Amino acid sequence: MNSLQVIWDALPFILGGTLTTVSAVALALGMGLVLGIPLAVGQVYGGTLVRAAVGLYVWFFRGVPILVLLFLSYGLCMSLGLAVPPFLASCLVMGCISTAYQSQIFRGAIESLPQGQLRAARALGMTDGCSITCIILPQALRLSLPGWANEFSILLKDSAVCYVLGTQEIMSRATAVAQRTHEHLALFALAGVIYFILTLVVLKLLRALENRVHIPGYSTGGTVGMGAAG
Amino acid sequence: MSETVAQLSKKTGASPVLQVAHLSKKLGGKPILQDCSLTLNRGELKVLIGPSGAGKSTLLQCINCLIPPDEGKILLEGRALNVADRRALCAFRAQVGMIFQDFNLFDHLTAEENVAIALRKVRGMNRQDAQRRAQEELGRVGMSRRAGLYPAQLSGGQKQRVAIARALAMDPKVILLDEPTSALDPELVGEVLAVIKDLARGGMTMLMATHQMDFARALAHEILFMEQGIIIEQGAPDVLLAEGSATRTRDFCKHLLEMGA
Repeated sequence: MNSLQVIWDALPFILGGTLTTVSAVALALGMGLVLGIPLAVGQVYGGTLVRAAVGLYVWFFRGVPILVLLFLSYGLCMSLGLAVPPFLASCLVMGCISTAYQSQIFRGAIESLPQGQLRAARALGMTDGCSITCIILPQALRLSLPGWANEFSILLKDSAVCYVLGTQEIMSRATAVAQRTHEHLALFALAGVIYFILTLVVLKLLRALENRVHIPGYSTGGTVGMGAAG
Repeated sequence: MSETVAQLSKKTGASPVLQVAHLSKKLGGKPILQDCSLTLNRGELKVLIGPSGAGKSTLLQCINCLIPPDEGKILLEGRALNVADRRALCAFRAQVGMIFQDFNLFDHLTAEENVAIALRKVRGMNRQDAQRRAQEELGRVGMSRRAGLYPAQLSGGQKQRVAIARALAMDPKVILLDEPTSALDPELVGEVLAVIKDLARGGMTMLMATHQMDFARALAHEILFMEQGIIIEQGAPDVLLAEGSATRTRDFCKHLLEMGA
């Protein structure tokens, strides 16, 4: 009974943290989307230098654990004397990581398109920029959706680590209440349920989007029809 | 039938639309094209034939620089193409239609949007005008009723007809066709050839790689026979395919027939 009472009392406080988690993840995903697409395009169509630069970026941010990056960003800000709010620092670190992962999701999608699509666009007199934005990306982004949903669910759960910077998100608030009330089990169960519900809802929405933008009759050679499953 | 084309080009005066001079291309040190030259006059249909791997497809793709040639000159209506000038290259390509063996329709767009998109993005037409023009061109290839369908919902023959409409919408000065019927089931070849025949009769300037010898014999102004990256024979079908002529072209065609084509 006591546990339920604690959860009930802590709920508004932790739901407030949920808002922080959701906005941090949304901002990081948005940053990853905005930067990941040009990185992917650069890696596929760019010159040697661009490809190497993107490769280096991706290698670094996929290779270092998020916890290490969070502490690194903290240390960097300290030594530069910058007072960066924890929320902003968390968003930037997660954004940088998500950019790396998303660029690879988009690269895979672009490379899976038939070569003839770009050739046909060029043959019609389209510039390379137009060929990519009008022909390649609309198809590649559709193909990216399943991988992108995956990236969302991973990032959402990774965001729990951001409490180390003092970001007032779900985990940090659950921890704070747990330390005060000693109801660790109940509070972390609550945190788990919130993450679970968030993931469920957003994945459902992304799945709906996937079906909505599905091209009739289109498949990339897979054996399962996506339209039928929707 | 080739006479009607000849008469047409005589009427308009035999002016070269496309000139290709001394085109060469090496890939990985291996010569794919060697010193290929050809001229297409207005209203002419020339057919490229030769064994697979002869470089027909490479030649066509080099002509509009989808594969940049190593050497050679390309002239459209007497003006030389400067490959380094990206804007000029795009403008050149917009005037040179290209039909691919595997159609290459844009998979995320309906038939109508496939035709309209370059009108909007390259010609700068507004949506309504582009749509109207797309409908017109689709009507020309008998695809009006399927304008709203996506490529994945069309048969191979229908896809190729949409691809032809897409090229025609740009008002090309010349159309390059890279084995337009090779990827089609036999019963679908006819509908695509019928469209190309109509274009030839209408005086469209075309260069077409094909294995359809009956088509070449009936409609081509000239046959270019390619082997190992070289145009080794060139002449009117009546001459190259004449009974008893000892040309490589005739040899190849006889071989095609024996294979049961």
